[in-house]
Amino acid sequence: MTDTSIQASAPGQMATSESKVARRRTPKIKGSAVVMGLYLLFLLLPIYWLINMSLKTNTEILGTFSLFPRDLTLANYVKILTDESWYIGYINSLIYVVMNTVISLVVALPAAYAFSRYSFMGDKHLFFWLLTNRMAPPAVFALPFFQLYSSVGLFDTHIAVALAHCLFNVPLAVWILEGFMRGVPKEIDETAYLDGYSFPRFFIRIFTPLIASGIGVAAFFCFMFSWVELLLSRTLTTVDAKPIAAIMTRTQGAAGIDWGVLAAAGVLTIVPGALVIYFVRNYIAKGFALGRV
Amino acid sequence: MNKTVNQKAWFLVLPVLVLVAFSAVIPLMTVVNYSVQDTFGNNQFFWNGIGWFKDMLEEERMWNALWRQLTFSAIILAIEIPLGIYVALNMPKKGFWASFCLVLMSLPLLIPWNVVGTIWQIFGRVDIGLLGYTLDKLGISYNYTQDIVAAWVTVIVMDVWHWTSLVALLAYAGLQSIPDAYYQAAKIDQASRWKVFRYIELPKMAGVLMIAILLRFMDSFMIYTEPFVVTGGGPGNATTFLSIDLVKMALGQFDLGPAAAFSIMYFLVILLISWVFYTVMTNLDKRDGV
Repeated sequence: MTDTSIQASAPGQMATSESKVARRRTPKIKGSAVVMGLYLLFLLLPIYWLINMSLKTNTEILGTFSLFPRDLTLANYVKILTDESWYIGYINSLIYVVMNTVISLVVALPAAYAFSRYSFMGDKHLFFWLLTNRMAPPAVFALPFFQLYSSVGLFDTHIAVALAHCLFNVPLAVWILEGFMRGVPKEIDETAYLDGYSFPRFFIRIFTPLIASGIGVAAFFCFMFSWVELLLSRTLTTVDAKPIAAIMTRTQGAAGIDWGVLAAAGVLTIVPGALVIYFVRNYIAKGFALGRV
Repeated sequence: MNKTVNQKAWFLVLPVLVLVAFSAVIPLMTVVNYSVQDTFGNNQFFWNGIGWFKDMLEEERMWNALWRQLTFSAIILAIEIPLGIYVALNMPKKGFWASFCLVLMSLPLLIPWNVVGTIWQIFGRVDIGLLGYTLDKLGISYNYTQDIVAAWVTVIVMDVWHWTSLVALLAYAGLQSIPDAYYQAAKIDQASRWKVFRYIELPKMAGVLMIAILLRFMDSFMIYTEPFVVTGGGPGNATTFLSIDLVKMALGQFDLGPAAAFSIMYFLVILLISWVFYTVMTNLDKRDGV
């Protein structure tokens, strides 16, 4: 790890300290690489330990302490991937996360356009009010949501969780998209209207492609916050739409905790996130600044 | 950018309003409703005015949870913000290794929160966890389920592990936006490393750092799942933060009135502090815009 990151940061560091003499350059490169190496080590150790445990049998986990699995086993993964009551949790989670992402983006796009282009009565208050929903503790909403969705007959459905997660994802999506839309010059809109484009046609054909990276970033954030949330999704589901994160708690059986399966289930929840990160890696930094850099 | 005055823009905002009204306003009104009523069961409610609020303000349990929460958020911000900036300053600027670091650093952010709890629960166990086992072998007594200090340290280190990358990525985005010309000018003036940081990098990061502080404050103030999985609020009540206490009260004991009054005051505290941050932030935006 450390060796590779030394080479890693070398080009970047040189670019900023070109005029420094060579003998001063060398220790500096090492310094920043060591910092990054240590930090990444700190981040990866607990994850490594989880993966390590997921590849062991329970006897080995509890009996011996080893940094590597002695007799490697995939039994824990096989159990999860072949038992429907296990893997259905991943499907449930993915269904409501995707639903939430789509709903959030569809309603947030026009609103963000309005906030970035027009001033209208109460716009600033409305914008802050939207943001306050991002600040609402899910714990406050758990019980009212339970009652609301039970009374309209949506309890234990995917759409209920998707709508509940809109509470914090829609304001966030509006916030991010507004930042990106501000960066598009207004002249583009005006030219398009002069050319006879109607608003919907302009929005879909011309404007959307221009802020494609912004939409990608917003989708990433909606996915992320919906995927990691547990309190609301657990409160709103019992059987049919139960997320994987809630199913994991059942490894605590009468004979103690099934550590191997628990660790394997944990590892599998990291996989979708890792895939999504890989696809948006070039936009992550900008996205985290919410388009405001 | 000059914005056109256009009241019809309200129509574009309408879908968001309807959706948020359904998922935020209606539930919030339910909470308000409960906070001013009392019940003897059987769905019979009667007016209780501000009684619950008075009760809760006198209750020591809530104040204790609030102090624990404020201490926690303060420690988290004091560690994560400087550490995040420090990491961002040391990140490779471009190329394959920059993406490599970005991907690995984002990883903890996309792990479901209860899995984060599980990871640290396992990692810290003396019998099967790497951290707990190592500390034990070194002769340091460490048991997060029994010892208050160990529980706090575990919860804080876990949060640093989980969220420092967010601060680092934000600060990194701020650093990326600084033109090379600034650094060259500093070099000509023979500015020291500290001065480059103080007068070039820090002001340019100010905007994104405000976002980082705002997000970290809000999320640490609402923290529930991770400490709940690791310590369950214990030992005793040592790591019972506001959300944990609230869920215990509302869903565990079903004390709807007090829980609702608690919720509203909880929400108001977050709103107040966030409003201060937000005002400072928009003023910074304006100043930069000129």
